[in-house]
Amino acid sequence: MNAGASVSAVEAEDLSERHASLVVAGQRLLLDPAGALYEPRAGALVVADLHLEKGSSFARRGMMLPPYDTAATLARLTQTVMRWRPRVVIALGDSFHDRDAGERLGAEDAAKISALQAGREWIWISGNHDPQISPRVGGERHEEMRLGGLTLRHEPSARESHGEIAGHLHPVAVIGGRRRAFVTDGMRLLAPAFGAYAGGLNLHHPAIARLFSGRRIAHVLGRDAVYAVCASKCAAGA
Amino acid sequence: MTADALPARFESWFAARGWFVRPHQRALVRAAQAGRDALLIAPTGAGKTLAGFLPSLIDIAEGGRANRPGGRLHTLYISPLKALAVDVHRNLEIPVSEMKLPVRIETRTGDTSAQKRQRQRRDPPDMLLTTPEQLALLIASPDAPHLFGDLRRVVLDELHALSQSKRGDLLALGLARLRSLAPAHRVTGLSATVRDPRELRRYIVGRGELADLVTAPPGAPAELSILDTQERLPWSGHSARHALAEIYAAIGRAKMTLIFVNTRAQAEFVFQELWRINEDALPIALHHGSLDAGQRRKVEAAMSDGRLRAVVCTSTLDLGIDWGDVDLVVNVGAPKGASRLMQRIGRANHRLDESSRALLVPANRFEVLECVAAVAAAREGAQDTPVARLGGLDVLCQHILGSACMAPFAADDLYAEISSAAPYAGVARETFDRALAFVATGGYALKSYDRFAKIKRNIDGVWRIANARVAQAYRMNVGVIVEETKLKVRLTRSVGKNRGPSGPQNNASLKARGPDYTGPLTRGGRVLGEIEEYFIETLAPGDTFLFGGEILALQGIVENEALVRRAQGDAPKIPSYMGGKFPLSTYLAERVRGMLASPASWKHLPEQVRDWLGEQRKRSVLPKRDNLLVETFPRGNRFFTVAYPFEGRLAHQTLGMLLTRRMERSGLKPLGFVANDYAMAVWSLADTARADMAALFNQDMLGEDLDAWLQESALMKRTFRNCAIVAHLIEMRFPGKEKTGRQATVSTDLIYDVLRRHEPEHILLEAAYADAATGLLDIGRLSDMLHRVQGRITHRALDRISPLAVPVMLEIGKEPIYGEARDEALRMAAEELIEEAHP
Repeated sequence: MNAGASVSAVEAEDLSERHASLVVAGQRLLLDPAGALYEPRAGALVVADLHLEKGSSFARRGMMLPPYDTAATLARLTQTVMRWRPRVVIALGDSFHDRDAGERLGAEDAAKISALQAGREWIWISGNHDPQISPRVGGERHEEMRLGGLTLRHEPSARESHGEIAGHLHPVAVIGGRRRAFVTDGMRLLAPAFGAYAGGLNLHHPAIARLFSGRRIAHVLGRDAVYAVCASKCAAGA
Repeated sequence: MTADALPARFESWFAARGWFVRPHQRALVRAAQAGRDALLIAPTGAGKTLAGFLPSLIDIAEGGRANRPGGRLHTLYISPLKALAVDVHRNLEIPVSEMKLPVRIETRTGDTSAQKRQRQRRDPPDMLLTTPEQLALLIASPDAPHLFGDLRRVVLDELHALSQSKRGDLLALGLARLRSLAPAHRVTGLSATVRDPRELRRYIVGRGELADLVTAPPGAPAELSILDTQERLPWSGHSARHALAEIYAAIGRAKMTLIFVNTRAQAEFVFQELWRINEDALPIALHHGSLDAGQRRKVEAAMSDGRLRAVVCTSTLDLGIDWGDVDLVVNVGAPKGASRLMQRIGRANHRLDESSRALLVPANRFEVLECVAAVAAAREGAQDTPVARLGGLDVLCQHILGSACMAPFAADDLYAEISSAAPYAGVARETFDRALAFVATGGYALKSYDRFAKIKRNIDGVWRIANARVAQAYRMNVGVIVEETKLKVRLTRSVGKNRGPSGPQNNASLKARGPDYTGPLTRGGRVLGEIEEYFIETLAPGDTFLFGGEILALQGIVENEALVRRAQGDAPKIPSYMGGKFPLSTYLAERVRGMLASPASWKHLPEQVRDWLGEQRKRSVLPKRDNLLVETFPRGNRFFTVAYPFEGRLAHQTLGMLLTRRMERSGLKPLGFVANDYAMAVWSLADTARADMAALFNQDMLGEDLDAWLQESALMKRTFRNCAIVAHLIEMRFPGKEKTGRQATVSTDLIYDVLRRHEPEHILLEAAYADAATGLLDIGRLSDMLHRVQGRITHRALDRISPLAVPVMLEIGKEPIYGEARDEALRMAAEELIEEAHP
């Protein structure tokens, strides 16, 4: 995809002063405390693991979780999109909790997605939960994609790590409570889950720890800010 | 034969054993013959259990069986512990075999094989001994009407230990169901002494006339003493380390000693330390709920065989099991309640005519006061068992689903039935209907789950279960004991090089692979037991802790296992909180305040404690019985505000959370707080010497402040989790997946956040708030205290710390604060990283 600057260099400079940021494979990315990241050169907002309709997915099996998770996730996504006004939104896979989730979307929620998509590019990267997405929902579908020097995919690859941005593992840091976090060693970046009902995995879990070879920094989501913390300061937990 | 006499073979059996039939045993037989429900209150060793079964044995022996076509269940016995049910079974077999009674007795617990359970439904014994959970399972089955149709008697053992809990709620609903299924049966409750027997008499019968009360004479008064230590009494802490040599000496003088402690961690510590000084190699064992069941059975067997001299134990040995010839009970730490203390002492000498011997070992100075108050209360026979509770709505939801699993029901009928259970007598129809809607589809305003409903209402208005899977899932998740999430503790086979958390000194070694402690760990070593996840979460890799009497070092956590290795050294990281789960009872708290307020009563106190209180009187003031003392003083570059409500750690912790919020708003810049059972201390950047204490401690803090805090409180989330699991919103076990579905489930914290925002009036939130009033947040008690002290706050602005403030001040840095996942901790960790980058 064309990394043409939709945001001027001056604006980008201004943004990185106001927001937490990190560098992956030499590329600066800005972090939103809601759990999204923003690539200023392409004007791309990236969110991982929305797990829309997870509530109704459980309800089908007899666990009647409150049916408000899709609305809650979309409301937070809307706020985030309003904040950054991105040219493109990239959902990093597992956007829908299961194959039928798109069909179960309430009319209001489906309309909310359409409204968010209006006037911008929208890319669904497919994940293990949503290898196919209902045609009810607009937007492009990709297995993975390049963004400047970065590779965006759902599941982190065992081999390639230079410049990879992935989701799938829902990293959390335990530090004064359990918090969602970005994890990076400067080579690759693991993004936290964005969905209201998406659980988390401690960043010390082998599935996450084995992905990184350098010193790991957790960018932990606080209430109004993102805090960079050395992973070794985070507690074990399960 | 007089009107009062038992049938001849019973009278002669008693005589042959050299026993006489006690009056309360006769009274229960009489009550049964008159068709009355009854409550027996009797001390340990009074032949309570036999009394409960006598009417059944007589009825069956004297031909009751002949009137029961098909030989269906005659008597159902419910015990709070499966081990107690097994023990009672063993004891009952003696009269049955010696009198050659035609009675078949069987137990049914979680350990009973599926095959035997099947057979028990088809061909029930005369007497079934079981637990509340098993009763819930039995009545949630289509054959329940057949199984219980001819039930004659129900015996409820250790009712005092059951009735004031969610298990008691579940049992009360089960009893209501039994009253519908077998209207002719009668109930006998057996209980230790309680504060108000009327509550239990009501519990037994539901509605209508109270059950008859039968009271056995009290046993010989207990010989109570408080250890008058020759050592220096600690200011704070719960380890009782100072007194271990004296406890060891007491063990040496007794035949068999039970050493009660309040927590698993304390048990580990005391056990470890006793063995360290065990020069005579006395057989001393350890018993607590986290140990492997096989290990516990071994200890129990060794105890009844008289092969042990002492057992260090937690409340797992609290209830009426007769484990052998215990002649001394040592209670380490504060007893927390007068009734609790008496029940523990009852473990010694299961014989009425000999007095029990008990030694109380206070672990710190405040605990001395508490022990003195408890001993005085025990000598007066004062009782402080909890008051009757309102039934939990989460338990009601579970029961409604269970009812549908038995048979289709009409809402009106079920409402009438549940209203006949004492804890649910006050439930409004509207609340019941919301519970019903919750069971069906979650009960949300947004009706999007109708097509997934678990129970469905037919055109005829009858509710039926949607499909067999729902019933199967229900049975797998019956019960109201929500276990803490636990991890298996497993030894690693290969001893990997342990790398601790990074510090400046070992950064060099980390640069290659990072602090990646979960690296090459080999599983496959032995499992030592289970440990609470929340405890392990506070440990960093390499930290050491005590478990199963050994010092272990945490290697890492992989899935549901904490991998450990045996560690050297004698300084394990002792769990930061070693106090009990139980808060100091309101009654004892009042007595302690009364004692502090009247120096004339200090003559019973050890000299060290008298001197301490005397100093307090000189340098500040003593708290009065009905007042709240607040002291403020500077220390270091901080200002401290210390309050002494004596309402228990949980209520103080809630107070601390609310007070710091309020101080924040008044610009006092609070930085943190700490709480123990007696006091609470806040430290701040601004001086509080001139703060308006009446305003700070105003009871209106229970309004908006509380509401705002509940939104993010970790304790509230834990409370909600329990309700969500009990109400079966979340199923922990699924058909086809027998093990706990850790991965497959969803975080209740996330559900709580969403539900609070989108449907704050939901029935599960209502259930959780009700629990919070008495449970982990103890809001009810805090509320009573704030109300009591309005206009009665004594504020002393001091120039330095007071003697009374020392214990709580020593807790700073040791006590964790559950609570808001505050950004503060994050900010500090982030600053460290920045400092590291810019030295």
